[in-house]
Amino acid sequence: MYYQAKKVVIIIVLHAFLLSVALSCIFPFLWMINVSFKDQKEFNSDYGLKFPRRLNWDNYKEVILKEGFWRYFLNSIFYTFITVLLIVLVSSLSAYSFSRLQFPGKNVIFYMFLTAMMIPLPAGFVPVYILLKQLHLLNRTGYVLAMTNMGLSLSIYLLKTFFDQLPRDLEDAARIDGCNKLRIWWHVGLPLVAPALAVVVIFNALNVWNEFVLASLMFTNDNLMPLQVGLMEFSNRMVTQHTLIMAALTVAALPIILLYVRMQQQFVKGLTAGALVG
Amino acid sequence: MNLAVKEKTVNFSFIIPALFIFTIFWVYPFFYTFILSFQENDLISPPQFIGWSNFKVVFTSPDWWSSMYNGAFITFWALTFQNILAFMLALGVDKIIRLRKFYRIVFFILPVLSEIIIGLLMKQFLAGEPIGRDVLNHLLHNIGLGFMTESWLGTERVRLITALVHCWKGFGWAFVILLAGLQSIPEQLYEAARIDGASAWQCFIRITFPLLMPVITLVVVLTILGTMQAFAMILALTGGAGGLTTVPVMVIYDHLRHNIAGLAAAEGLILGIILVIVSFTMFFISKKIREKYGVLSS
Repeated sequence: MYYQAKKVVIIIVLHAFLLSVALSCIFPFLWMINVSFKDQKEFNSDYGLKFPRRLNWDNYKEVILKEGFWRYFLNSIFYTFITVLLIVLVSSLSAYSFSRLQFPGKNVIFYMFLTAMMIPLPAGFVPVYILLKQLHLLNRTGYVLAMTNMGLSLSIYLLKTFFDQLPRDLEDAARIDGCNKLRIWWHVGLPLVAPALAVVVIFNALNVWNEFVLASLMFTNDNLMPLQVGLMEFSNRMVTQHTLIMAALTVAALPIILLYVRMQQQFVKGLTAGALVG
Repeated sequence: MNLAVKEKTVNFSFIIPALFIFTIFWVYPFFYTFILSFQENDLISPPQFIGWSNFKVVFTSPDWWSSMYNGAFITFWALTFQNILAFMLALGVDKIIRLRKFYRIVFFILPVLSEIIIGLLMKQFLAGEPIGRDVLNHLLHNIGLGFMTESWLGTERVRLITALVHCWKGFGWAFVILLAGLQSIPEQLYEAARIDGASAWQCFIRITFPLLMPVITLVVVLTILGTMQAFAMILALTGGAGGLTTVPVMVIYDHLRHNIAGLAAAEGLILGIILVIVSFTMFFISKKIREKYGVLSS
């Protein structure tokens, strides 16, 4: 009886602790969404701590249509999509080759990719920026290529180790049926590594979507800016318009939160993969 | 013979796209950083070789070292407060059965969101205008903790608060990694120890802690690397606060923005070398500890 009671108390204390931390994670976002439905006058009187009198979509209309957030949003989707597509194609091609095919210098080149993953380059954006400026590749092309490179090493490593664990029977069968290597990669290899590809896609998509430093340096044209840079510019311009900033933040954060809650397993896998192989 | 060469060429061609991008965007910039750090380069006039003088400037620059101090200060809080909190949460979630999934989802929301979003949101939350009666203070007032109100992002508190927001954003990471580590420890070990009469504390010190050592080292190294390179969140939150929360990458970024590229490269190089040394030392120390306590590496 005594042990029972002690156990119950411990569980209650534990949940109180965990719940309070969880609340600290959720509360600011609830507040953010709450404020985004208020007008500035209402916000000034209650600081967003009361529910809005009515669902007021004006802030969203202003942010998305007038302030061009639809454009930032589409830009971000575009860069993310192209970069992830490039990374998947390029990294799976080379991972397949590193795992299955023979050529001289294979191991040296593979270890080069591995080392690149482990050396921290805190100012890596300096030479990349200068290079792209000299090549006149600032803005879109340069940004997509530089971001592709950022995800490449890890993706190659993940896919190569996944390929290594797979049996070769299917590929042998395809070869006997007269498939060339490129078609084996596309028709047999890629479908087989689909689970690892999911991790690669999520890891890189979030990486590109959330990237700020390079984007803020590279985009000289306001119409081409991705969401994070747009957010930063917008909040610098609108310092005192709290409700508008909160609507903008909601527009930027809510899709990611919803996507994450729906696919949380893959998100956790995708994001920790980067940490655990390093 | 000819056929073999042809085949190898075909095999090699598979990695050409990756090698191409990698050479242009990693290998070349990597070596270019070294060259750049010995140059005076304003990105307009032709660069000039100036020997070690960039490094001399960096080593004697109070701004640079104060940014390193700020980075180290935030790293200290991340290593202690953030990681201990994450460890306690991981231990807690590992013990309970109900709501486990819920906690995992909630704790990992912050790492999923971008640094800019977190920074801007917390800026509004902590220091929305008008100063003195901002949201958090208003909230504290409402729940009867009026005596705790502060100017959260004022000069006295800003460094600490920035460090705490950084911890708040980052603890989910450490939590997920540590929880995965905890769950990989076989249950039989605890059962055997309990039969031998070990207390919960002894189980923790003799089983959990040593077996978790590699994971803890990993978390420590990742925390140092991540925090010393923190940038966007702090830019969004304080914008540097007049030097009080300037972190190294912010200095590098500013110098590049002002076209002092050589100096920026030198600073990046110094920080990079320090980080490489730190992470290698950490792995070395943890290997020593594991050898001493006879725990096999995972």
